[in-house]
Amino acid sequence: MINLNINGVDHNVDVDGDMPLLWVLRDKVGLTGTKFGCGIAQCGACTVQINGVAMRSCVMPVSAAAGQPITTIEGLSPNGDGKVQAAWVAHQVPQCGYCQSGMIMAVDALLKTTPKPTDSQIDAAITNICRCGTYARVRDAIHDIAKA
Amino acid sequence: MNKVMKLGRRNFLKASAAVGGGLMLGFYIPAGNAAAAKDAEINAWIVIGGDDSVLIRVAHSEMGQGAMTGLAQLVAEELECDWNKVKTEFVDPRLNITRNKVYGGMATVGSRAIRTSHEYVRKAGASARIMLVNAAANRWKVSAADCTVKEGVISHASTGRTLTYGDVAEAAAKIAPPAEVTLKDPATWTIAGQPKMRLDMQEKVNGKAFYAIDVQLDGLLYAAIAQSPVFGGKLKSYDETAIKNAKGVRQIVALPNAVAIVADSYWEAQKAVRALPIAWDNGGNENVSSASIAKFLDEGLAAKDMPVARNDGDVEKALAGAANVISAEYRVPYLSHASMEPMNCTVRFNADGTLDVWAPTQNAEAILGAAARSSGIEPLKINVHLSYSGGGFGRRGGAAPGDYVDQAVAIAKAAGAPVKLVWSREEDLQHDFYRPISSAKMTAALGPDGMPVAWNTRISGHSILSTANPSAIKNNMDQGFLVLFHDNVYDVPNLKVDYAMRNTHVPVGYWRSVNHSQNAYFRECFLDELARAAGQDPYEYRRKLLHKAPKQLAVLEACAKAADWGKPLPTGQFRGIAQIDGYGSYAAAVAEISMNADGTPHVHRIVQAIDPGYAVNPDSIKAQMEGSVAWTLSAALYGEITIKDGRVEQGNFDRYRMLLMNHMPKVETVVVPSGGFWGGIGEPGGPAVVPALINAMLAATGKPQRSLPLIKRSATV
Repeated sequence: MINLNINGVDHNVDVDGDMPLLWVLRDKVGLTGTKFGCGIAQCGACTVQINGVAMRSCVMPVSAAAGQPITTIEGLSPNGDGKVQAAWVAHQVPQCGYCQSGMIMAVDALLKTTPKPTDSQIDAAITNICRCGTYARVRDAIHDIAKA
Repeated sequence: MNKVMKLGRRNFLKASAAVGGGLMLGFYIPAGNAAAAKDAEINAWIVIGGDDSVLIRVAHSEMGQGAMTGLAQLVAEELECDWNKVKTEFVDPRLNITRNKVYGGMATVGSRAIRTSHEYVRKAGASARIMLVNAAANRWKVSAADCTVKEGVISHASTGRTLTYGDVAEAAAKIAPPAEVTLKDPATWTIAGQPKMRLDMQEKVNGKAFYAIDVQLDGLLYAAIAQSPVFGGKLKSYDETAIKNAKGVRQIVALPNAVAIVADSYWEAQKAVRALPIAWDNGGNENVSSASIAKFLDEGLAAKDMPVARNDGDVEKALAGAANVISAEYRVPYLSHASMEPMNCTVRFNADGTLDVWAPTQNAEAILGAAARSSGIEPLKINVHLSYSGGGFGRRGGAAPGDYVDQAVAIAKAAGAPVKLVWSREEDLQHDFYRPISSAKMTAALGPDGMPVAWNTRISGHSILSTANPSAIKNNMDQGFLVLFHDNVYDVPNLKVDYAMRNTHVPVGYWRSVNHSQNAYFRECFLDELARAAGQDPYEYRRKLLHKAPKQLAVLEACAKAADWGKPLPTGQFRGIAQIDGYGSYAAAVAEISMNADGTPHVHRIVQAIDPGYAVNPDSIKAQMEGSVAWTLSAALYGEITIKDGRVEQGNFDRYRMLLMNHMPKVETVVVPSGGFWGGIGEPGGPAVVPALINAMLAATGKPQRSLPLIKRSATV
């Protein structure tokens, strides 16, 4: 049994320690907001926060996440209206939406450490792939949050 | 609330129970509950609730392009309902069978969702409005002509009485629909034509948006798959002893050209399938390489007497007598769709002989057809649960024959349990229906004024139609492969286009913007070469050649104006321009770039213009145009699927690179709807961007870029 603290709730999961956190979240805990995109930490669709830091859960063994606070898109804000989420709606960022859980989790983590990021700080920190190409709106939304 | 729950609301009540670990168990109880009792279906598209809610059915897929919202806007506009009370559900494809195709074609391809259905969905809205008003008039015993309606409230002015749509919905449902309806003049629209917030936005920021890959079922097992790496190959054998101790593995399922492993979790299935030694019968294609395919296409460029799609004047004669002849060969590679949601399908055989299917799709009817074909179960007993699709871009409609559905049906049948099949990213990139590889040889002669008097184009490449609909191929001609050439609007007196069909063993299909994606590059970049040879401004050169094409000229001029064409740029920055028509729309792009020291372009800004006839949701149009820039820059800068030993070399995003935030330019879009026609928006935006970029590089360096991608990346990096 591995103990996980996800969105403030404790879960005991009976899996091998090498199972990536992504699959534990999706297949064992039932939190499907975190997405599978590549499996090799290239696309960022699986991004969650561990201790508030953005991590790509598709390559993170669940054993490494044990005992640490894990936040997924479902737990980012009580009503799904956190500042990043609200800015995403205001800017109509998502298209297909599949990558956006990871994108939002990565941006939220960036803003925790860098509340007013420059364009190059955004470029360095946000390396998620969005195949629909929402990048321009992602950038605008981040700058809007920073101004608030 | 997710899409499945929305879909099921009227006919089923989904009861969910959260059990250990938050696992959601869904089961279905037939309708008849009180909450739904007052819902009244006014017609096939519209259900009005007793609470005044308006449920609009959407027959097309929502894969990010905004069709769900745009189609609802069109219905709501004519219905005169309260937009804030609108909800949507996807049409169960079985209804299209039982209701005699009332929902039209459901395939969401070719940027068609709105442009092919706008009339009948608007008529549905208008017809329902008349029925609702008539129901109120009947109740009041007044003439319907004396009633007005606004935002779902019907008023009888002289007596001051009002009724809501919900009040009269049940009665309206029993009234015969009007024989004819008059649609509104788009100039008077208040819901359509507005940049309404997308209806799917909230759930796409809180993790609740439902995609097929997210389905959870009681007793669900998971499958991973390995398909024959060489296209056309078959499974020979596998050595199961290698995974006999693998945890969680339930079963190995052999398919004709693949092996699937069923396990308790996807991770366990994926790990096992990677560890399983598999032997393949390669089917004779194991020696095909990118080099051999390139040679095959080059032979096509040189071949004599190929089928001709267009032949104006006498190109051979005009070229033979010309002093100033320019010739160039252009080449593009195969490209993969790489939708962010990989191919997946969940199948459950039920004890009562019915089947449940979940799959991302651009065509619910095709999923139903594939499931029926592969399961042997009649379509009306198959429930295709619809969801948002995490991208699609052509992979999940058109030429794709439902491969992942067929596999999931076979695997679930063998497993005797519900199974969710998920392709790895590697399977996705290596088993796609690729944007075809294509080459063009163009030769033109310039007259004394520098304008082209002759333009000969030979295109050599793999016909999509030969895969998607082989019987439509006559005399080795695929007209679609020559789009923008056979219908070239530039005024050139001697103009010839012919085609060397060069089909390989690599599957090809419809990739966003399809043949426009490469032909816009070929045509518009060669045209810039001609303008340069003539010493003329490429924008003015196009304007002269477009004097018989007013729509194309207007959108080109709108784009040039928005981009300040002709005004000075900072030192080191250069512009390029291009225009295309396609998918019923007209589009142009201007790129502003500077050159990096390594010879690659830095794209500062893209300005685009589009004339889609009518702008149903201007913000959705802008979003599609912005997204098209990222899509097409990924292709131009990095996109290349290469073949070695008969198989695709690229396995994941490390080798099949995508544009990221850091290379996304500023994008400005001007929407210039000129009215009188209905064009698409998902695909017209991309094709002009690449030639605009390459033409800016020509302006910067004086050197044409005649093959893509610009940044080659060895598959072995």
